[in-house]
Amino acid sequence: MATDRLSSTFAALADPTRRAILARLVLGETSVTELAEPFDISLPAVSKHLKVLERAGLITRGRTAQWRPCRLEPGALRDANDWLEHYRRLWEDRLDRLEHYLFEVQAKAKKESKRARKK
Amino acid sequence: MLARSDQTFSLTLPSDREIAMRRVFNAPRGRVFDAWTKPEQVRCWYGCGALTLIVCEIDLRVGGSYCYVLRGPDGVNHGLEGTYREIVAPERLVYTERYVTQNFESNEALVTVTFTERHGKTTLTSLSVYPAREDRDAHLASGVEAGAALTLERLAEHLATMA
Repeated sequence: MATDRLSSTFAALADPTRRAILARLVLGETSVTELAEPFDISLPAVSKHLKVLERAGLITRGRTAQWRPCRLEPGALRDANDWLEHYRRLWEDRLDRLEHYLFEVQAKAKKESKRARKK
Repeated sequence: MLARSDQTFSLTLPSDREIAMRRVFNAPRGRVFDAWTKPEQVRCWYGCGALTLIVCEIDLRVGGSYCYVLRGPDGVNHGLEGTYREIVAPERLVYTERYVTQNFESNEALVTVTFTERHGKTTLTSLSVYPAREDRDAHLASGVEAGAALTLERLAEHLATMA
């Protein structure tokens, strides 16, 4: 199951350090050293996280420059989001119906209490 | 991670084994709790679009079980069933949830639903915890399948009105 792209995207996102790295990369491409700075972990550990992100297609790393800058790749993130969006819509529709139902129930209750007061 | 911002509904994945949802309703929590737990009320809203709720059984007591069956436009049944672990009406519900469909039965998730009221409005939050990330993702995927069916059904409806 972990071999398809969506699974590796979600697996890569299921880590706070990796999400923080992605958040940093939203600001623009940067080096591994700079990425490692805010974290209390070793450079090799950051490299490991970057490899996971790279394998999931969430980032790419430059091949030409010596410092191999990291860059965000929005495609994989978009796929994951689209997938989630279907599930989200299903629940949003369902809860919209609940809201509508509650509205009807309350309107009915109000009407009945008014009628009871008149009697 | 979600691009769409919405005032009343949010869906998040707090960890790799969880799905969290939150929604605000313009009603006191007793009403929301009843709508969530009384079968005759659940029947009024639970099915959505292309999915029809054909079975809704609720035995609301600790150790009691529930069973929902939704039928898709393709005739495939999607079942959700489980057991109540904790019931604090109208504040809190804890129950197990298993997804059952043709030739497939998922592992059990633990769902906690809370109802908090403020100024006559109720915030409903639901947290589902799955045994593993694979289970969580499989559950999301089942919703995606149903959601896709819903979308196609809508398209069909739309096309029918165009004809």
